[in-house]
Amino acid sequence: MAQPVNLKKFYVAFGALAVVGAGAIWMAMRRSPEPVEVGPVPVNATAFPGHVLGSDSAPVEIVEYADFGCNACAYFTVLTEPDVKTRLVNTGRVRLRFRDFVTPSHPNSLDAHLAAACAGEQGQFWAMHDQIMFNQQRWMRERRPDREFRGYARTIGIDVGSYDDCVGDQRMVSRFAASRQEGLDIGVTATPSFVIGGMLYTGAMGYDSLVTLLERAEAAGGQ
Amino acid sequence: MKHRMTIAVLSLAGFFVSLYLWLWKVGLLGTIACGDGGCETVQLSEHAVFLGLPVAFHGMVGYLVLMIVSFAGLQPRWAERREPTQLLVLFAGVGVLFAGYLTYLEAAVIHAWCRWCVVSAALIVLIFVTGIVGMMPSTRTSNVQRSTSNTER
Repeated sequence: MAQPVNLKKFYVAFGALAVVGAGAIWMAMRRSPEPVEVGPVPVNATAFPGHVLGSDSAPVEIVEYADFGCNACAYFTVLTEPDVKTRLVNTGRVRLRFRDFVTPSHPNSLDAHLAAACAGEQGQFWAMHDQIMFNQQRWMRERRPDREFRGYARTIGIDVGSYDDCVGDQRMVSRFAASRQEGLDIGVTATPSFVIGGMLYTGAMGYDSLVTLLERAEAAGGQ
Repeated sequence: MKHRMTIAVLSLAGFFVSLYLWLWKVGLLGTIACGDGGCETVQLSEHAVFLGLPVAFHGMVGYLVLMIVSFAGLQPRWAERREPTQLLVLFAGVGVLFAGYLTYLEAAVIHAWCRWCVVSAALIVLIFVTGIVGMMPSTRTSNVQRSTSNTER
């Protein structure tokens, strides 16, 4: 006759497996991040060159291809970018360039890029960029995200009338397509992607990893 | 009973794979152990979002449901009934179809392979096959015998 099934043993074994799995995930979360190096790529800014933060004389430029609707992009903005701004951009070590890489599957993403570009027309791209990224979980669920973005426009103090005109006639949309195509041309397949010192890296990264790549670019002569 | 235990263990493995991918997708893992960068390409592509949520999140929920059903099926009141296994096969069947679609996207649209996604696809196929085996008459007879033996002891 077949042996009876021992449920207690199974529960103990299952629990042990669950602990091992949780431990492996925990270890992976603690491991220092290292982005993937795709290969050397030329950075050729045609038409609209993106939104720039920092000095023209900064020796290294970091180009970020991002989508406002991408979770990892928002995490990069929230967790890494504040340090990048204060410790690298403000000190003149780095110039940051944002390129739109709109991904159609992300809800309300095109509206978000439109809002940021229209704020950029009044010189407030980065203020709107931060509002959009820090509030990503809010506007992504909205059926009418334009109201939310209009609120951000008021918050950052731009002329809402001009902003409305810009959003209304959608004149920035063609710029997004061009920016995305340029990204695709240099090998961007996902967001966020970064070009640092002529090398393309894919995936969100922490500040320490970014500095490692920056040091590599500085050693290679910058740009 | 044993097929439900097997499904519970496979679902746990699948849950951790999905959790790993989801944590990376939302930016809580700095890097993903993938080898050739295919996971990044797939996970950050526009196809990695379904119904507004990361595909990995759907995977987590799916494996969790399979785990719950298989555990419920191990309880004495359900042990000899067919419904838990039928439910497992149904859910796993949906999972196999979804995994098949995602694998097609990797091969034909994204042109990159996410190894963890392939592992997950293999796990859901194994779960489905295990469920089918559990539904076979010979397996059921054996299960009932074991269950009876359990009761006598």
